[in-house]
Amino acid sequence: MHPIHLLRIVSSVRRLLQTNRCRSFSSCQHNMASIKHKNARRIEGLDKNVWVAFTSVAADPSIVNLGQGYPDIPPPSYVKEGLAQAAMVDRLNQYTRGFGHPTLVKALSKVYGKVYDRQLDPFKEILVTVGGYGSLFSTMQALVEEGDEVIIIEPFFDCYVPMVKMAGAKPVLIPLRLKSTATTGISSADWVLDQEELASKFNSKTKAIIINTPNNPIGKIFSRSELQAIADLCIKHDTLCFSDEVYEWLIYKGHEHVKIATLPGMWDRTITVGSAGKTFSVTGWKLGWSIGPEHLIRHLQTVMQNSLYTCPTPLQEAVGRGLLRDFELMGQPDCYFSALALELEGKRDRMAAMLAQTGMTPVVPEGGYFMIVDVTALNQDLTHMGDDEPYDYKFVKWMIKEKKLAAIPVTAFVGEDSVKQFEKYIRLCFIKQESTLDAAEAILKNWNKG
Amino acid sequence: MWRRVAVYGPSLSVRLAIAGFHEKGIMSRRLHARRLEGIDKNIWVEFTQLAADYKAVNLGQGFPDFSPPSFIQEAFCNALTGGFRMHQYTRAFGHPNLVKILAKFFSRIVGREIDPMEDILVSVGAYQALFCTFQALVDEGDEVIIVEPFFDCYQPMVMMAGGMPVYVPLKPREGRGPALTSADWVLSPEELASKFTSRTKAIVINTPNNPLGKVYQWEELQVIADLCIKHDVICISDEVYEWLTYDGAKHVKIASLPGMWERTVTIGSAGKTFSATGWKVGWAIGSGHIMKHLKTVHQNSVYHCATAAQEAISVGFQREYDVFGTEDSYFHQLPITLHEKRKRLADCLKSVGLKPILPQGGYFMIADISNINVDLNDPTTKEEPYDYRFVKWLIKEKGLATIPVSAFYSPEHRDQFQKYIRFCFVKEDSTLQAAENILKQWSENK
Repeated sequence: MHPIHLLRIVSSVRRLLQTNRCRSFSSCQHNMASIKHKNARRIEGLDKNVWVAFTSVAADPSIVNLGQGYPDIPPPSYVKEGLAQAAMVDRLNQYTRGFGHPTLVKALSKVYGKVYDRQLDPFKEILVTVGGYGSLFSTMQALVEEGDEVIIIEPFFDCYVPMVKMAGAKPVLIPLRLKSTATTGISSADWVLDQEELASKFNSKTKAIIINTPNNPIGKIFSRSELQAIADLCIKHDTLCFSDEVYEWLIYKGHEHVKIATLPGMWDRTITVGSAGKTFSVTGWKLGWSIGPEHLIRHLQTVMQNSLYTCPTPLQEAVGRGLLRDFELMGQPDCYFSALALELEGKRDRMAAMLAQTGMTPVVPEGGYFMIVDVTALNQDLTHMGDDEPYDYKFVKWMIKEKKLAAIPVTAFVGEDSVKQFEKYIRLCFIKQESTLDAAEAILKNWNKG
Repeated sequence: MWRRVAVYGPSLSVRLAIAGFHEKGIMSRRLHARRLEGIDKNIWVEFTQLAADYKAVNLGQGFPDFSPPSFIQEAFCNALTGGFRMHQYTRAFGHPNLVKILAKFFSRIVGREIDPMEDILVSVGAYQALFCTFQALVDEGDEVIIVEPFFDCYQPMVMMAGGMPVYVPLKPREGRGPALTSADWVLSPEELASKFTSRTKAIVINTPNNPLGKVYQWEELQVIADLCIKHDVICISDEVYEWLTYDGAKHVKIASLPGMWERTVTIGSAGKTFSATGWKVGWAIGSGHIMKHLKTVHQNSVYHCATAAQEAISVGFQREYDVFGTEDSYFHQLPITLHEKRKRLADCLKSVGLKPILPQGGYFMIADISNINVDLNDPTTKEEPYDYRFVKWLIKEKGLATIPVSAFYSPEHRDQFQKYIRFCFVKEDSTLQAAENILKQWSENK
């Protein structure tokens, strides 16, 4: 008998002896129903979600929605056309290779082979998943379990903590801290990790650290030396690194995106996550990928083959073709990867200016399409809204109601211990068309007129 | 490391230590999570590669090699040009247009008001709906009854959720002569009843069944329902082939039986419904108090499904709702087309000495190969079950791809079912012709 079965028999017998199961069916029918239809322990407490609370707002057309992170600008036309063409081919409407459609994984290996400056095996070192989200899930399920600790840097994309918990492990949080005392001209580069604090979070149970660069929500791009410090700790403590780089192409002038997997000693212990949705402004296509060494990727592939098996074919074909087209243009202004960043830089600067003129203090991001802003200077009194929620949650709800402008509270991205540090910040998304930004600007200009 | 030795015993720890040393010198402890133990092998990965390598006529994996109906392709193209929202995130638990039409459509069939927002979860194919169901409801130590032969993913999914699979076989009905159709394969009610214990969390049924093609009748489902109610067990009903029934067999939804709605998760597939398996859109339908747990798994695993495909499927379902029961309905036409292909393949298999079991429903037909004597002289497959070896020989020597049926049996019972192979007949006539030519030629040369 497989040892796993033996273990399960032992543990279930142990549980049986411990629990007070009712043998008489009829009298316990109601209780049995509530026991049996209860959820599995792995999802206990993971049902709440900030998006569920705030995305219904998006349906109201009178609200200017700078909340959830998706573009309201169209994707490039060649990407949409690629999909229309793919859907016309019979074969491309049926199952493709489970770990990634050949056209797509080969295109990824070409593009990232150049970026990493290394040969990437399209079949063994790349896995295509349902969005960057699906890559994170496959990574956690494959490599993280009960007894493990996973270090997460605050503020973090909110799914990291529940995914770590669902895998049975313990999240260990460490906040980025604002090192500047200025009240204007703050950038995401002013938010840094305390090196001693970071080192103190690593121990023998640490299985992995999750980094997100460019970071959502702050927009910080971790510099080479910051990544080296993290890499040194990973190597010293023999931990893995999960690097969420979905915004990798949205890098603004004067900054460089560095892949931690390219630092010495890191390729063998790093999974890097990317996203077609963020790359081509098609979040609704839900395609992403994990890149890493075979000895790690094969475990993600095992999760994939036992969870959803394969991703949609025509979408993968279209993304593959889009990548190949832009691969040829890499380094040139026509390349969508850099053209989009250029377009967004203007929007970033516009948004920072409109926020600043109300008296708020924006944190200008080095990358990504979010900006957080400190609302302290507005001195908005929200005591009438009670005190069972952090300030930013109340502020956003008040702002939606009174100003018809939606954002996301930043404490949704931090643990309880860091709420006080972040509760004066809200997050805005600026990958929006000019008319949306015009509407936001109108609201902000009139802010102080009540 | 030593804590794990104490818990799991020496043999497992030796394996762990060896695994540690093999991994590139990093992480002296094991890299992968325990939940992956024993579930890394996969028949599709192996056999689809083989079929491709040998450019075999592919009656193996279950997908059509003809196009989806034109109305669904048009719907997809319209969705793509339908404004920016079609390319951005939609509602996580299911695109509103899709869940609304699914609720409307299936309410009519199940005979109760299905709430589109509470009772339905859209997933990345029926496969992911199954995954969400097991992850949401199965805990370590729970038993899950699986009816054999079963679609192969049920077993590893139960294991990954920490559950213990308990198997009960469909068997040829005794004393009625040769079992020539899938209707002749039945469960023994006594044997089935004996599998239910106080640890049983769920039972998985698949109707129409893959690979056998059995369509469970009302009375058979009633036996299962009675046991579910008696033991307060959840029923997971995989009904992806629900529209494909032949010879007047009627598909019955176990969720429509008394007492079953509140304890059943019914799984469906747009890929199988509209012959577009590559779109990977599926759903789970059930009472909200169970569905909310599947939603929790979904929001912590993939969160959203692709928008445009969901929009296209909603248009397809609206069209089918309007023409339901008429000759125009794709759900009416497809089974008629497949009925012919099924008969054609069965006749061909019989003519060359294979013994097909005529399926009442679904995409597949299994055939008994015990009468065939071939010299399977391939040293690379020596340790494998007979049907695996036979299928590989058939791919390599004859250029015809099928799937070995023992892959759909539990490790415990695999040995007893090594003489069947599975054919998919949802193929163009030219593909079936090519397969026929291969089989006839082989038969003539024997």
